[in-house]
Amino acid sequence: MGPVSTERDLRLDLFRGIALWLIFLDHIPSNVVNWITIRNYGFSDATEIFVFISGYTAAFVYGRAMQQHGFIVSSARVLKRAWQIYVAHVFLLAIYLAEIAYVATSYDNPLFTEEMGVLDFLKNPDVTILQALLLKFKPVNMDILPLYILLLLWFPPMLWLLLRAPSLALITSATVYVLMWFFEWNIPAYPNGTWVFNPFAWQLLFVFGAWCALGGAQNLSRWIHSPVLVGLAITYLLFAFAIAMTWYFPRLAVYVPKFVGDAIYPIDKTNLDVLRIIHFLALAVITVAFVPRDWPALKSKIFWPAIVCGQHSLETFCLGVFLSFAGHFVFTEVSNRVITQVIVSVAGIAIMVAIASLISWYREAERRGGGPRPPAARPGYAGGDV
Amino acid sequence: MRERLLLLALLMLGAAPAFAENPAECRVAESLAEPSFRLPNVTRALAAKRLTILVMGAGSSQLPGSNGPANAYPARLQQALAQQLPGVDVKVVTDVKPKRTASEMVKALPAALSAAKPALLIWQTGTVDAMLGVDPDQFSQALDKGITSAHSTGADVVLINAQYSPRTESMIALATYVEDMRWVALQHEVPLFDRFNMMKLWGDLGTFDLYSATKKLDIAERVHDCIGRLLADLVVAASKPEETPTNGSR
Repeated sequence: MGPVSTERDLRLDLFRGIALWLIFLDHIPSNVVNWITIRNYGFSDATEIFVFISGYTAAFVYGRAMQQHGFIVSSARVLKRAWQIYVAHVFLLAIYLAEIAYVATSYDNPLFTEEMGVLDFLKNPDVTILQALLLKFKPVNMDILPLYILLLLWFPPMLWLLLRAPSLALITSATVYVLMWFFEWNIPAYPNGTWVFNPFAWQLLFVFGAWCALGGAQNLSRWIHSPVLVGLAITYLLFAFAIAMTWYFPRLAVYVPKFVGDAIYPIDKTNLDVLRIIHFLALAVITVAFVPRDWPALKSKIFWPAIVCGQHSLETFCLGVFLSFAGHFVFTEVSNRVITQVIVSVAGIAIMVAIASLISWYREAERRGGGPRPPAARPGYAGGDV
Repeated sequence: MRERLLLLALLMLGAAPAFAENPAECRVAESLAEPSFRLPNVTRALAAKRLTILVMGAGSSQLPGSNGPANAYPARLQQALAQQLPGVDVKVVTDVKPKRTASEMVKALPAALSAAKPALLIWQTGTVDAMLGVDPDQFSQALDKGITSAHSTGADVVLINAQYSPRTESMIALATYVEDMRWVALQHEVPLFDRFNMMKLWGDLGTFDLYSATKKLDIAERVHDCIGRLLADLVVAASKPEETPTNGSR
């Protein structure tokens, strides 16, 4: 079995682009525009979408490379990608340290003496920076890239297996997930605790995405379009929505029967709670059922901004993290009025779109003017980035 | 988070001003101090006219300076309760040390409980755990343990979550710990004093300027005063005898 389709599914770019926007919005603390992000209306959030689609596109691009050029060459490409992400992570870290150092020197409110302790790590930067380079010290909101790096390191053998025995690969991945729950596997973090996104858990969505890309989605399509499954998915989404409402209106919490509360809480993001997976799958079922692959609107101008962001996800993601720092900085230093928050959010997304289209244009220009390179040597292009 | 506050602010407009004696700036967040569960041991203590409360907390339960202890919320709580409960001997004992995680406080809890023999434990935690990135599971387990051990000595529990601190918001991932505290409170049916959302509301509405880079204590003292008063309102409301005309079986 091999990559089935040759044309890239624009829905992937669209939804990854939207996920990147939502991640940007969610990363600005105290932002009124966060209202619209999906994490407020159910169990899962944009992270699931991002990880699943990243797995899907990774299989799409590197799967073809592995079939054409073999295990070694395609693995080298995956590792090169992981290295690029590592460099991006270190770059973001430098920006983050600058922001923190600024707050540490300029702010000293007696009400928040305890909270300012979070800046104590600046007292021993040698240890902190080393731990950050080892991916153990991960400041707030900088957890996804380290996860992505580990997922890519784990990907070549999984891809090899996916191309030969897809079901076995999926079972292996699910087994790791189950064992993680049994033995509480995770990677230690610095100064203590564990990784916020447990790679032993999140690999399941990544591998599932890859499995779907390599023909799994086609095998499932009969099921996905069955009215019973769509009905179940809608029911589950409504249930999650009702539970989410009790978070905003504590008075409603008394209507949640105790056994339901006991069964569902806490909904574990670190270890990718089953409730979150089901919520994401329900969203995916609804999406696939109502947004056909050849939907003409996908080629229209309305969705182009999100699609172009989704096609250059690493750059857009990093930019989004930087912009969310900058946005929070504007709130604290200039104004945190609602109108400022809306302007900052809209401007941030506009900048993401602008930079993504610039990258698109540059790649296109480079490809046209860059001499005779065989298209197969540029796996990232046809499908955008991984 | 903000969205919740806006919704709550809307709800609040409809709420009657139940505790009219509080300053207006405190009352802004009054609806957030409504108790979700009752405090039967406090009810009994009030009937016996003797209420001892133990406040166990970390750095955000104190204020710096020589007047710090008198102006921090535990002392303000004692004063507000004494006003609202004439004839009751109200005593607030504190066990407050900065930089303590929930697990560390759980270790200190048995000794503190047996020394003070309180009818109510007010437990402020979450900030330090979030700063250190303690495993959320361990945090929840520590909360479980603390609540269970307080209940076993005949003390009710009120949890207080982290402060809302806008400047450090992008550096401390409080959300998980704030949510965990809500879930644990719900499971054990103990009231949660939602300090985080109260302060957020004050910050959003401009009641208190929490962004200020001031070194002065005035805003900090007013915030603690309001927290003490609203905490007193919660304790009184949650310990009123059940609404039956006779007080036969309590």
